[in-house]
Amino acid sequence: MAWSDGGRGVTDAWTQRGSADAPAPPAAADAAEPCPKIGDHALIGDCGSAALISRWGSVDWMCLPRFDSPSLFAAILDPERGGRFRIAPTHESHVWRRYVEGSAVLETVFRTESGVLRLRDCMVAAPDRCEAGALWPEHQLLREVRCIEGRVEVEVVCEPRFDYGRRRIRPEVREALGVFYAHRGHLVIVRSEIPVEVEDGSVRGRCWLEAEDRRFVLLAYDQGEPAVIPPLGQYAADNLEATLAYWRDWSARCDYQGPHREQVERSAITLKLMTFAASGAVVAAPTTSLPERIGGVRNWDYRFCWLRDACFTLRALFELGYTEEGTAFFSWLLHTTHHSHARLRVLYDVFGGTTRGEREIDFLAGHRGSRPVRVGNAADDQLQLDLYGELVAAAFEYVRRGGTLGRFAARLLIRIGDRVCGLWQRPDRGIWEVRSGDRRHTHSVAMCWVALDRLLAMDRDGDLVLSARRRTRFERTAHRIRDAIEASGYSRRLKSYVGVFDGDSVDASLLLLALYGYVEPDAPRFRSTWERIRAELGHGALLMRYAHDVHGRDDGLPPGEGAFGVCSFWAAEYLARAGRLAEAETIFEALCRHANDVGLYGEELDLQDGTPLGNFPQAFTHVGLVGAALAIAEARGKRPESGLAGHAARQQSGHMPDAEAADDLHTEKPAAGTEEENAS
Amino acid sequence: MIDPRTSLVAGVLATGVLTLVMTASQGLGWSRISLPYMLGTIFSPRRGRAMAIGSLTHAVLGLLLALFYFLVFEVWGRAGWERGAALGLLHGAFVLVVGMEILPAWHPRMASRHHGPTPTRQLEPPGFLALNYGWATPVVTLVAHLLYGAILGAFARTVV
Repeated sequence: MAWSDGGRGVTDAWTQRGSADAPAPPAAADAAEPCPKIGDHALIGDCGSAALISRWGSVDWMCLPRFDSPSLFAAILDPERGGRFRIAPTHESHVWRRYVEGSAVLETVFRTESGVLRLRDCMVAAPDRCEAGALWPEHQLLREVRCIEGRVEVEVVCEPRFDYGRRRIRPEVREALGVFYAHRGHLVIVRSEIPVEVEDGSVRGRCWLEAEDRRFVLLAYDQGEPAVIPPLGQYAADNLEATLAYWRDWSARCDYQGPHREQVERSAITLKLMTFAASGAVVAAPTTSLPERIGGVRNWDYRFCWLRDACFTLRALFELGYTEEGTAFFSWLLHTTHHSHARLRVLYDVFGGTTRGEREIDFLAGHRGSRPVRVGNAADDQLQLDLYGELVAAAFEYVRRGGTLGRFAARLLIRIGDRVCGLWQRPDRGIWEVRSGDRRHTHSVAMCWVALDRLLAMDRDGDLVLSARRRTRFERTAHRIRDAIEASGYSRRLKSYVGVFDGDSVDASLLLLALYGYVEPDAPRFRSTWERIRAELGHGALLMRYAHDVHGRDDGLPPGEGAFGVCSFWAAEYLARAGRLAEAETIFEALCRHANDVGLYGEELDLQDGTPLGNFPQAFTHVGLVGAALAIAEARGKRPESGLAGHAARQQSGHMPDAEAADDLHTEKPAAGTEEENAS
Repeated sequence: MIDPRTSLVAGVLATGVLTLVMTASQGLGWSRISLPYMLGTIFSPRRGRAMAIGSLTHAVLGLLLALFYFLVFEVWGRAGWERGAALGLLHGAFVLVVGMEILPAWHPRMASRHHGPTPTRQLEPPGFLALNYGWATPVVTLVAHLLYGAILGAFARTVV
């Protein structure tokens, strides 16, 4: 790391960065854009809510009190109406930024003609200080601005706009306490050591800072009760230090020691930032309606928890050493699905409740004109069969790592198995939540097989107990599922699995067939599938999830989106698990170059320039990065195997439909036990 | 002569209704006033513990004040829900005008409007009529105390 935490001159550090692997400082000064791009943002948070900060020092997105609450700042969706909280020099500047090592504290450095200014941003997370007896606001966004060299004029603009910008609240200035914005029991307090005044509902101020001058500005949030008003000065400095210490302690627990550790650690911290600490839930992304194509309509609300991400997320947390977070997440999964009596919904809110449907916010202009802005998600009530496999696979990963299932959890999983047996033949919306109607998606059907396969494995290992009748039913259904996939989900003409039954195009979700152990990664049938996926969906190292213009595939929306981040990482993981390490590393390293300047990924990547698209940052993409890194480390022999594939259950529940398929699915001959069972 | 059983039952009921009205106003976003929280933070800065201690203190104060109300009715020689409501209104007004004004001076964790928060004093002061906690706070407080007094007055009619 080129930078120390303080004291070192910026000029020296910049010189070092220029000569090392980090990018050189920009050649031209960065003028603040009225609406920065998605990738111009970095994330800070306190495991309850989060904020996106642009490289020009502006908090452009923040929802309080939790991820899926209405926004307080939404300039990323509408620079005019959304509201922002900006601290930056008044003069043109070169900008460079990073996260302070091992933390979620963002550091932005502005170099102007007259001096250098450093801005540090965090949402205060200091449980030790809280436990030690300090009064504590529900949320606290703390901003430290410090002149490092010369003198710099700095400006503060804070424009809180409640309810996605619908409400402009007239603030009240309460002398030494700060500026108060109250709205229906919610209270936002803005306090500043930079002299400010209220103009047209906004807090504004500017001042000159000399070298080593430091000022704090903070925003505190409380609701329902008399608020806590945090002091500034040394108290704020102590809070910043405590937050740094918290994050450093947390990231030090990461026991991943393989290649690309920096990227893996950043992904772990990003996942933690998207974890709702009170329940253990992990949201898909902290934003809504950041477009999958600029100017397009593919703008969705991702501030919820998708069951789909469960298994990979759980594995990532456990494998990185975050057992506590993994266990909390698994408890949230069980708690949530218990309420719906094995009828799984696609997404839940952070407390495991159902969401309130989808609506459009027509008064927001959308990110760079990408409308509509949506709140809530209509995918909520879709039938997506893969969820059942995801949940059972997550439970399997949990018990594989030493966890135990209680009676109620075991009963729930068995009920899910029963449900899978009744549902697997139904068409669904599939992993990509298409809005063009139900079809029989090969991946969904394969995940039904995964559900039964893992249940049988857990039964065999004694983690749960299936009755003999039920065991037979699960085994027979697993066999029938496999027969169906090999008959209709595989095209002999294309020599490839296909996205939908009897279809003629591939889909990146097919990679999961190998990652979940339905098929050996290096089996002939899958090798040719991979070749087809790469040919149809590949753009260099990037991978589309499906091709819109191939064979008339229609997802119910106008075409046009980028490459899918997680699919690209699945490709790297697949190659590593197939023993093609060099290819896996080439793809992984290329993907690492597509992260933004602070190591974050969105849902998608622009096919032209690789910049992030869609909601940002995206948990699933970071989970994909971790999975690929783990697979590469394992292939290099630096870690024990952690993959989801390759356990004995497959041999029990998946007999080969015919001799040709059997040869194509395995690199070795099937185990004798399997043959006997098939014969019987 | 004050009947302890009646005053106890009336005190519990009246305090319960007062708490219900004030908590509902918090939930509905009308006011952020929380007498249990304000009382509890005198003893502990931890939110959960403060709420527990404050709720208990608030309940005990409600019962003690019920005894005081009964004493007033006895001295008065008359009772009834109208007189109780009037007494409650006076009580509420006193809390708002006097209590809230002097609270920051003796509350060990309440910040001062003039000096700002310190590491030990960070709780938002209520301000005149507790308007800092929302414009509906005086109305809610008066209504809650009016109901408190009315219930006590109605019960006291039977024994005075």
